[in-house]
Amino acid sequence: MNEGGMSEQAVVSLKGVRKEFGRGGIVALEEIELDVRAGEFVSLIGPSGCGKSTLLRIVGDLIQPTAGDVVVNGKSAHRARLDRDYGIVFQDAVLFDWRTVERNIGLPLEMTGWSRQRRSERVRELLELVELAGFERHHPWQLSGGMQQRVSIARALSFSPALLLMDEPFGALDEMTRERMNLELLRIWEQTGSTVVFVTHSIAEAVFLSTRVVVMSPRPGRITGIVDVDLPRPRGNETRELPRYAELIRDVRRNLRRGGGFEEEADAGPETDLIVAEEGL
Amino acid sequence: MAYAAAARGRESPPAAERLLGWARQGGLLLCVLGVLWGLWELFRWAGEKSGFQLGQFRVDESTFPHLHDIFMTLGEPSRRNGPMLIEVLRDSAFVTAKEAAVGFALGASIGFLIGVVLVHSRLLQRGFLPYIVASQTVPILAVAPMVVVWLGGRGLPSWFSVAVIAAYLTFFPVTINTLRGLNSADPRALELMRSYAAGRLAVLVKVRVPASLPYLFAALKISATASVVGAIIGELPASVGGGLGNAILNFNQYYASAPDRLWATNLVAATLGIAFFLVVVIAERIVVRRAPEHVA
Amino acid sequence: MSSIVQRPPAGPGWAGMLRRLSDWAPAVGVFVLGIAAWEGLTRGLGVEEFLLPPLSSILETLREQWSLIWSAGLFTFKEALGGFAIGSAAAILLALALARWRGVGRAVMPYAIAANAIPIIAFAPITNNWFGILSPASKMAISGVLVFFPVLVNTLRGLTSVRPAQIELMRSYAAGELQIFRRVRLPAALPYMFSGLKVGTVLAMIGAIVGDYFGGSQDALGILIRRSAGIFDFKLAWAAIVVASILGMLFYAAVAAVERLTMRGYPSARGADL
Repeated sequence: MNEGGMSEQAVVSLKGVRKEFGRGGIVALEEIELDVRAGEFVSLIGPSGCGKSTLLRIVGDLIQPTAGDVVVNGKSAHRARLDRDYGIVFQDAVLFDWRTVERNIGLPLEMTGWSRQRRSERVRELLELVELAGFERHHPWQLSGGMQQRVSIARALSFSPALLLMDEPFGALDEMTRERMNLELLRIWEQTGSTVVFVTHSIAEAVFLSTRVVVMSPRPGRITGIVDVDLPRPRGNETRELPRYAELIRDVRRNLRRGGGFEEEADAGPETDLIVAEEGL
Repeated sequence: MAYAAAARGRESPPAAERLLGWARQGGLLLCVLGVLWGLWELFRWAGEKSGFQLGQFRVDESTFPHLHDIFMTLGEPSRRNGPMLIEVLRDSAFVTAKEAAVGFALGASIGFLIGVVLVHSRLLQRGFLPYIVASQTVPILAVAPMVVVWLGGRGLPSWFSVAVIAAYLTFFPVTINTLRGLNSADPRALELMRSYAAGRLAVLVKVRVPASLPYLFAALKISATASVVGAIIGELPASVGGGLGNAILNFNQYYASAPDRLWATNLVAATLGIAFFLVVVIAERIVVRRAPEHVA
Repeated sequence: MSSIVQRPPAGPGWAGMLRRLSDWAPAVGVFVLGIAAWEGLTRGLGVEEFLLPPLSSILETLREQWSLIWSAGLFTFKEALGGFAIGSAAAILLALALARWRGVGRAVMPYAIAANAIPIIAFAPITNNWFGILSPASKMAISGVLVFFPVLVNTLRGLTSVRPAQIELMRSYAAGELQIFRRVRLPAALPYMFSGLKVGTVLAMIGAIVGDYFGGSQDALGILIRRSAGIFDFKLAWAAIVVASILGMLFYAAVAAVERLTMRGYPSARGADL
């Protein structure tokens, strides 16, 4: 199910994608062109309201674009969602309090009709992967924020999707936990070989994790620039000491500034309100 | 940035738009009432036509009087050479309203005070909460005559006993919600107050009470109705003169000959209940508007 | 919303049991003090018997007339139970419908809230006339309507308490409406529903007893209280009141027990206070 290694085939292909909200014509995204190749780790970074979360949801067919083509895993985004080709992780772990960790991770598998035996085996594998073995019977409210996110990641990986979509998953964690989770995520990514599209606020995080960093401008969101991150792998704490790391952070920052990302935007309100309103959630 | 956006969102639309909104709501209300009226008459017509029967229940003019008949009865005298029914009911409603209002004020204050006391001591909470909850299982109605005699013996008028019954039904939701509301204060705001070496009273007044307002008003809305219910049923055994409870008992006796009067009384009682409720809703709009950060 | 007593749940084992005991100790203490005060004050201050007899005489009367009081209690309890069942079933069904068709729900809500402000109990004489004074159906109707509103409001609030992110998550699993309902809305609604049901138990009992005051069968508890008060047999009246109260509490406790069983995995901070 996974595309092993780097091939030239695009897992996600966006052409001319545009998104307007409501009749008032708030243009969230304009002319987005992006290809994400198999096995890549692509970060989307930009100021609040630049549309990065919207873009992620468009890839996941949770929002429909106003114009443009979205091809995921060689199919339409809609088809990809119905075929469950991707797993998604939100900033909030979104675990169900009334289910144990085991049943939370097994949720998508339940819905695909996996047998109980297969499910518990897979859950055990995943818990080992995210280093939470032994926590099967716990409830989400008994776990720390970082642990909850790990459960959320395990759940997203449960059916071994080709694509992993992550919307600021570590945004609610403290700096130390965040750095630790970054290392965890890289390890998991290397082990599973999936493709990752990662939305973040943090320049440092984007550079540390990715193969490429896509910089977006404030609303209407456009791609200002793409920075190739050529830091050696496997990356670890030493990577942050490399001069190249600081250079890349500077590059990303320059791109952000060029796109106007550091201007105080009076009108860039939180995206989530628009998303919620649009989807009638 | 987010604050500015939030503040913008809370600006009210211009006056003309608001007036239009009110008119639309009013129109909608009339439509709904009209639909309900229509349904009532439809049910009556269908029930009579089909001879629908459920046990002893039959649809006819004594069980389902025409709504316009009920309204007409309001304009007729209830006794030979007596005043119009609506005047009689209006006076009864005032009596009951007075009892309910006093009971509401009493019950809400006591409930609030209990909540304030309990919030400061986990021990007291765990000791007394079960009994506060259990208190509502006691059929206060049954205890009412005793209350009347006891208070009467102390020279208090009998309507006050009814108010006490109303207070009994009122205090419980207020206590529970006051407790919840006072506890819902932001821990960081409490820490801030500690850093100012603020005394308990200051913390209470400046932080906890404002935080508890949404919960308090939710309880007051329930209590508004509860006080009216308490007043009505408090009048029953005590045979306190002049209130809606008595009117109900009275017209109940004549139901066979004049069912419309009982229905009319219920209509007035319902209006009273809704009126009390609306007063609290309006009070909430006024009070809570002045403290926007704590809108639930 | 925080619960009133905020603590993590007591674990299993001796430490847990000790914690649970200490949780209940103050309440037990107050109970003992209350009983002592009751007995002491009523006898000591010479409170007239009809106002409040000493607890011991009430217990004695209970023992003597147990079968009479208890059968009256059961009769009334059945009325309350019937009303409770009908009212909560109707409320839950309506809440499910209103949650499914959100637009209707939003439109109906203000009217449901206003309808809740009507003194339902005033309609007891009317139901008596509809179903006959002696028939339990008339009291069940009142209890049912009383129970209907809190259960409806609470269950609906629970069904709509789902966060948007949870819906998005389910959609990412290509879940249909029915799946989302079964796996997310329903479990999320349970604590709220039980909150409403617990309120309903108390209202159902009260409705049945108060309904008796407008006339009812001789076998009913409310009638027993009224009758015994009328012939100045206050010890019997109080004994009956005590039984009414106990039945109400048992009803509440039963629903609370069902709640604890069904919601084993939920954090205890959710749901109601007791």
